[in-house]
Amino acid sequence: MSQKFRCDEGGAIDRRKPLSFTFDGKTYQGYEGDTLASALLANGVHLLGRSFKYHRPRGIMCAGSEEPNAMVELRTGARKEPNTRATTIELFDGLVANSQNRWPSLRFDVMAVNNLFSPLLSAGFYYKTFMWPVSFWTNVYEHIIRRAAGLGTAATEADPDFYEQCHEHCDVLVVGAGPAGLMAAISAANYGARVIIADEHAQLGGSLINENFNVDGISGKDWAARQAQKLAGMNNVHILNRTTIFGYYDHNTIGAIEKVSDHVPQPAAGKPRQRMWTLYPKRVVIAAGATERPLIFGNNDKPGVMLASAVRTYINRWGVKPGSRAIVATNNSDAYRTAIDLHQAGVRVVAVVDSRMHPDAPLAAKLDALSIELIAGKTIGAAEGGQHLRYVQLVSTQGLTADPQRIDCDLVASSSGWNPNVHLHSQSGAKPIYDETIASFVPGQSRQAEVSIGAAKGSFELQDCLDQGRAAGAEAAKLSGFKGRLIKTASASDDDAYSIEALWIAPTPYNKSYKQFIDQQNDVKASDIDLAAREGYDSVELLKRYTTQGMATDQGKTSNVNALAILAAQRGEPIPEVGTTTFRPPYVPVAMGNFAGHTVGYQFMPVRRTAIHDWNEKQGAVFIEAGMWLRARYYPQSPEDTLYDCYVRETNATRSNVAMVDVSTLGKIDIQGPDVAEFLNRLYINNWLKLPIGRARYGIMLREDGVVFDDGTTTRLGENHYFMTTTTANAAPVLAHMEYYHQTAWPELDVVFCSVTEQWTGIAVAGPNSRKLLENVIDIDLSNEAFPFMAYGECKMNNISARLFRISFSGELAYEVNVAADYGEQAWLELLEAGREMGVSPYGTEALGTMRIEKGHVAGSELDGRTTALDLGLEGMANRSKHFIGKHNSQRPALIGDGRLQVVGIKSVEAGRNLRIGAHLVDDKVKLESVSQSQGHITAITFSPSLGCGIALGLLQDGASRHGEQIDAVSPLHDEKIRVEICHPIFIDPKGELVRA
Amino acid sequence: MLRIECPWCGVRNEDEFSYGGDASVQRPADGGSLDEWYDYVYTRDNSAGQHTEHWQHLNGCRAWITVVRDTITHEIFDTAPASPNLPPGSGSGKKTNGVKS
Ligand SMILES: [Zn+2]
Repeated sequence: MSQKFRCDEGGAIDRRKPLSFTFDGKTYQGYEGDTLASALLANGVHLLGRSFKYHRPRGIMCAGSEEPNAMVELRTGARKEPNTRATTIELFDGLVANSQNRWPSLRFDVMAVNNLFSPLLSAGFYYKTFMWPVSFWTNVYEHIIRRAAGLGTAATEADPDFYEQCHEHCDVLVVGAGPAGLMAAISAANYGARVIIADEHAQLGGSLINENFNVDGISGKDWAARQAQKLAGMNNVHILNRTTIFGYYDHNTIGAIEKVSDHVPQPAAGKPRQRMWTLYPKRVVIAAGATERPLIFGNNDKPGVMLASAVRTYINRWGVKPGSRAIVATNNSDAYRTAIDLHQAGVRVVAVVDSRMHPDAPLAAKLDALSIELIAGKTIGAAEGGQHLRYVQLVSTQGLTADPQRIDCDLVASSSGWNPNVHLHSQSGAKPIYDETIASFVPGQSRQAEVSIGAAKGSFELQDCLDQGRAAGAEAAKLSGFKGRLIKTASASDDDAYSIEALWIAPTPYNKSYKQFIDQQNDVKASDIDLAAREGYDSVELLKRYTTQGMATDQGKTSNVNALAILAAQRGEPIPEVGTTTFRPPYVPVAMGNFAGHTVGYQFMPVRRTAIHDWNEKQGAVFIEAGMWLRARYYPQSPEDTLYDCYVRETNATRSNVAMVDVSTLGKIDIQGPDVAEFLNRLYINNWLKLPIGRARYGIMLREDGVVFDDGTTTRLGENHYFMTTTTANAAPVLAHMEYYHQTAWPELDVVFCSVTEQWTGIAVAGPNSRKLLENVIDIDLSNEAFPFMAYGECKMNNISARLFRISFSGELAYEVNVAADYGEQAWLELLEAGREMGVSPYGTEALGTMRIEKGHVAGSELDGRTTALDLGLEGMANRSKHFIGKHNSQRPALIGDGRLQVVGIKSVEAGRNLRIGAHLVDDKVKLESVSQSQGHITAITFSPSLGCGIALGLLQDGASRHGEQIDAVSPLHDEKIRVEICHPIFIDPKGELVRA
Repeated sequence: MLRIECPWCGVRNEDEFSYGGDASVQRPADGGSLDEWYDYVYTRDNSAGQHTEHWQHLNGCRAWITVVRDTITHEIFDTAPASPNLPPGSGSGKKTNGVKS
């Protein structure tokens, strides 16, 4: 029969809306409002998975995000999500889930033999067992461990859904919408404060829905619904349901995940799967509730052993009976509620077993009235059964050695007390403190603008929660600057006082050894903690790492305090002396997609295109990414054209005729003011005080540590007006560098500057015929006398205003035309037209790079953040009689001593063999495998069309004085060794006559 | 996420800023010894507690500002323009976040 464990009535489910779902291929029915876990329990399905290490059968222990066991693979195909907790999955029609970590099937799992070999898998087993030899790791151990101890498997297809990021400010953030949180939100909102209230469930109410409470004369569930309605009607309140606050960061910044579409088969059109919120509240009220601890006894991981509060939640929230013969085992007063709720739901409660000798009299009377047996001074020593609980053995907690008492049952509801959820408080930088009266950690001194209330503060009585919420909401609003009046109180029916006597671990029947699980997700047992402590890992942080306790996806929500208490017992010290672990975000696992948000695929990074991009695209240019820029790399003329064909053709065209390249991506900075010359003089190593108007100069900048930072030309456009260019890569860092010195070190200099990189299009026209081409369109005298090398002038190019620079990167007679970017494409087309008869062509960055290597110009691969001006052969430019950045530190002994890597030219002496970038330069006596004796490396290679052979630039120890020497260039990765000759880095036109022609 | 008050733009997220190091270090005069220059670049106190440091409002107004921050708690006590030539801005000297004093 379907749903035979469903109660006849009750629960916050909609019985008119049945839903169908499958688990491990079998179809079941549930109702709207169910979770996957509640629907499975309604159908009597308890066995959900196999444990991580020992492959023991595991079921459902909890009713919320603290669940360590009930993990499933949700959905299939691209939307498959492994390791999702069945307790937090809202049921939808057609849901498909599968158990994980079992092979070949859940009921018969081969790897369960791990259970028999468990002595091998004790604490620290990774470190001890799999130490040697190293090669075994990749070949043997890792394979076995992945198979044996795997969790679910991830989807292999791309996620078809999108994730979204939102930001919101508010006065008061209320975390959790239980009785305390609801009161706090209404109270704060009533003062006029902007309130956000977040709760991980779809429905607000928290424990009011889980429990059988009455407030203000109506059921807790109805009261909660009324408050939720009230909040929804207030326009200063933003309700974030299905939202978990996962992180409390510095300066009261809060991270939250809203599960927008996890409760439907797939997101509606335009809706994200999840949404990540960054919240900026002035005050935070933490009403995050508390998490129950399980009792620790032998085989406490059997399916059928659950938390006492979870049992109540399944009855009250979902109308589900998790068993038919129940034992309630506790060390505190709270679990008595479970016996009463079970009884009312028609489940036979065999006994309440209270480890305390003297249970509270009013509670005992309540049980008596229902004829439920109360066994005091005993607890469960061990649970027994195969794939489900069959009976328990009760043992005395008073040190008596009487025979254990066997009781048959299929459900244990256990409680070892409550842990206030201090996670967010701890994440905010505060330190929780131990409270002996409730045997738990409670919030300590606040470090940020937060306060914990209700169960999150250790107040487990309903009336206290309601009252604290009312007061805390008002206080938070007042602290945010609001004035108003307190809302009226709410009064609770529940009057049981909370009491507890700690019991951290049960004696075992006949002192036999049993597996007593602390952390069920990572299969950490009490004996592992004892062992770790004996082996010296007896501080909390070490214990965690050695045993992996608390390091699974549940972050030890049900196990941390139990582990700490057992460690404290082992050390013979009180719990506060042993300490507590620091909680770190995230509180629940957060899907990676949330952190990426929309920055995936083509939106990963902006793309910068120059004004000439469209033309390049039409030409079929092949592009290369340079930072965020797309630059034309080469221009194939036919489908057969290779990269090599193109750059050789383009280089030859430049060196023999005239060609054009788009250089718009260079950084450009406009600098103005009376002190610019002095400013430049301090930024660059060379002289700038006497640069005439209408002239450009090449300059080198160092960092403060003496290493070369960037190079480029700066031109004096007018009396107080200069124009700087930087390398493409350093455009932004150079600007920030200039701003730093101007605003912190040299505020006395009267200069202003800003980036104009995108305002100007730069076109280099290079080659022996470049002057002839420009004379067709430029209205100024370009003769060598009127416009020599490094000249600058304003001009008209046809009808376009242009700036003309006579500078050269190719080593040929060359000019650079700058026009306003809006005219960039027009200028490019007009230059092409002006050179059409002489056969002008475009060239890309590959030819540009080839020509720079032929000319020995240093670029990014030589300016590697380690080389000095001396290393690069540029020290001659420095004027050491003035001040400049890096002047002193560039003279540190290590930077000017012997053995520095200096830039050199490199030629292969083995005909037909190409050099390889990154190859090490070594003595010919050094073996190929041993590059530890590397004397340097190759930084850039090309085939030089001008020389007809492969050439390279490199960095070599004392290279400047080793021209003519032969050495080996080796690449062990490619099993390659080539004989090379070291030479001057300038391969062609060493005197620079061409550029001055 | 630190919330830093730019004296001109107001309180902004840390990811609009870039860190610029210890602001208490004095840049030596040109004539300084190599030791002084070495210390200026390489020697830092790594203090636990109040620290005066430079940040640039890189993805904002691009001003360099001086921030007094506690390196343990991240509490920010004060922010001000780094340049003495620039007006103090509206927010100078104010506390910039919800940290309790
Ligand atoms: Zn700013």
